[in-house]
Amino acid sequence: MTVTLDRPASDAPPRADILLDVQDLRTYFHVMDGTVKAVDGVSFSVRRGETLGVVGESGCGKSVTALTIMRLLDIPPAEIASGRILLEGKDILRLPEEQMRHLRGNEIAMIFQEPMSSLNPVFTVGNQISEAVELHLKVKHKEAVERSIEALRLVGIAYPERRIKQYPHELSGGQRQRVMIAMALSCEPKLLIADEPTTALDVTIQAQILELIRSIQQKTGTALMLITHDLGVVAEMVNDVVVMYAGRVVEHGTVDEVLLQPKHPYTEGLLASIPSKGMRGQRLNVIKGAVPNPFNMPKGCNFSPRCPYQFEPCLDLDPHVDEGGGPAAACWLWKQAPGYSIPARLHEAQVRAALRAAEASQVEVSPVLAVEAAEE
Amino acid sequence: MTQGGTTQPMEPSTAAPTSSGEPLVVVQDLVKYYPIFSGLFKRHIGDVRAVDGVSFVINKGEVFGLVGESGCGKSTLGRTLLRLLPQTSGSATISGEDIFAKRGKDLKQLRRRMQIIFQDPVGSLNPRMPVSDIIGEGLLAQADGTNQWKNRKTRDERVGEYLEVVGLRRDYARRYPHEFSGGQRQRIGIARALALSPDFVVCDEPVSALDVSIQSQILNLLLDLRREFGLTYLFIAHNLSVVQYISDRVGVMYLGKIAEMAPVERLYADPRHPYTVALLSAIPDADPRRRKRRLVLKGDVPSPANPPSGCRFHTRCWLRTQLGDPEICSTEEPALRDLGGEQFTACHFAERINPELIKVAAAGQSLVDTSDASDDAEPVSAAAPSA
Repeated sequence: MTVTLDRPASDAPPRADILLDVQDLRTYFHVMDGTVKAVDGVSFSVRRGETLGVVGESGCGKSVTALTIMRLLDIPPAEIASGRILLEGKDILRLPEEQMRHLRGNEIAMIFQEPMSSLNPVFTVGNQISEAVELHLKVKHKEAVERSIEALRLVGIAYPERRIKQYPHELSGGQRQRVMIAMALSCEPKLLIADEPTTALDVTIQAQILELIRSIQQKTGTALMLITHDLGVVAEMVNDVVVMYAGRVVEHGTVDEVLLQPKHPYTEGLLASIPSKGMRGQRLNVIKGAVPNPFNMPKGCNFSPRCPYQFEPCLDLDPHVDEGGGPAAACWLWKQAPGYSIPARLHEAQVRAALRAAEASQVEVSPVLAVEAAEE
Repeated sequence: MTQGGTTQPMEPSTAAPTSSGEPLVVVQDLVKYYPIFSGLFKRHIGDVRAVDGVSFVINKGEVFGLVGESGCGKSTLGRTLLRLLPQTSGSATISGEDIFAKRGKDLKQLRRRMQIIFQDPVGSLNPRMPVSDIIGEGLLAQADGTNQWKNRKTRDERVGEYLEVVGLRRDYARRYPHEFSGGQRQRIGIARALALSPDFVVCDEPVSALDVSIQSQILNLLLDLRREFGLTYLFIAHNLSVVQYISDRVGVMYLGKIAEMAPVERLYADPRHPYTVALLSAIPDADPRRRKRRLVLKGDVPSPANPPSGCRFHTRCWLRTQLGDPEICSTEEPALRDLGGEQFTACHFAERINPELIKVAAAGQSLVDTSDASDDAEPVSAAAPSA
């Protein structure tokens, strides 16, 4: 199915600056109607102390990726069909559950979208934070409570001594999310996974929480994997971006590369559909159609039925994002004419011209395209 | 709000020159309290002041945007206006007819003219009804001698018509809500609202639950429908970019009151209320070249059951801090005053806002949540039954 461009599973020694390296991860769900390939060959890495943004619409597999890394999925119905998740070089998919439990919270922590449903309503806030601290750091209860107060103070909660005795329902949404962050950071993890941490919050509270996460990251040097659908949040928070669509990484690069010069038509479409200044009176760009049915993925490129630039190879051959330095996109257009970024509206004729130009400059062209160019 | 007495009378209807036509909806001093009962005998101990004296005008064919944080009363306002909730006091008219005075048959007639599109496309469609019944239910309820809607066939004909209007296939009428995606469900919700040919539609966060690419489809659709059917929208949303895109005029609500109201270009280019400034500053921008130091508001929205004295925003106001905490902010409630050019603000010191001051305020802020642990034990979300 996947053609050539997959890089071979590397056995090279891990680079020292890479904290988390996810390689060719595939998470499938076996349900009554068949198999959902929620994550289907995803590779990316998070560098120490840096922030990686994972962007995509609902159902693209970004949360499942996070839960797979945390090993929080029930197996079955889930199945990790292939892949490796290397945390500082060791594959956490192979760890026994007991060691994984130690790792969770201690080295990788996670913040969820819904601060209310992720906190236990029958325990006080202090109880819930100190539980994690006691478990992971093996300290006495008293010290754990002190650490909890410290953690709450770090996330900017006023009067933490009083707050730890309160229950989640006594706090506002923003405060609850601060508590979640405090809990996640209480054991000083190396990696923090934040799954839509501000989606449920108001824009002013979102600004508070984002500022907070950023300042804590500067203080503690924690690496952050930020999952979001909001490209605005991405622009403000992250160094590198991975764009996901239907279980695949369709594009990756630095935040400036991806947001200013999108290479994949999907990224371009997403950026163009955000209403912004100067758009008044004009029609918004629309990505036609909807996300494909997970039981019935299109042949070839997953995005081809919705893609305005679709041409022949897209229908049969599956483009796969190739790893290995620099920006990349899982798109035949981009692959055939590398360095060619999509301008606002590209005509089919222009596509062909671009391809011809690529050919003229001795760039390798797939057989399909070579034939087509010859016909013209 | 009466004692402000600074300049103009706060009632904007006289001051708002109507550029493109006559006013359709006029709201004056609308108040909606939710009573709080407590104790053994369920005594009335206070009120959640969800909407506390709001006046504005929506012109015919206009999109009036209403923004604010959750719990500020914007949804309550929309629903009270449609008589889905009883008002506490104040008045509202549509084409000069008193909305709150209607009873019985007249009220039913009125409901045809005013419809609503809800936020949650899943929760607002009955899972046990096929689409034909969901959209047809309103028609059946409004069936009378002037139309043939009692007849299933004419009703279904109209349902099919409106499905096509919102970009769905006619034969979808036989399907159930679970067979549709989020964007399609929202289209069904829109078809239901439009099937009765209303002229005024309240859009209550119609795109908040949708993905970006679907959101743009629905926004385009709403604007097309406005043109096609000559609709007037009250567009309620918390996403300021969406409101900027779709609205002609915008009102910013804070704790049950309008803080600022202006034509959209003006509001976004030259905000004259410190709350608007902070809201605009908080929007994350997808262009990494425009990264900025944001102005972050401290703490949370105070409880509407016990709003702060004087200006309701003074507890979180950065401008007040910059000006050295003038006393008037906490003692005197600012009236909504006219700044000219259809811009209204409820701030004593609106003229003092300038870019330099905003920059200074943004640079000097701390990230500590300064809300007091003792007094806000009751968070807004729990106190306001936002329905």
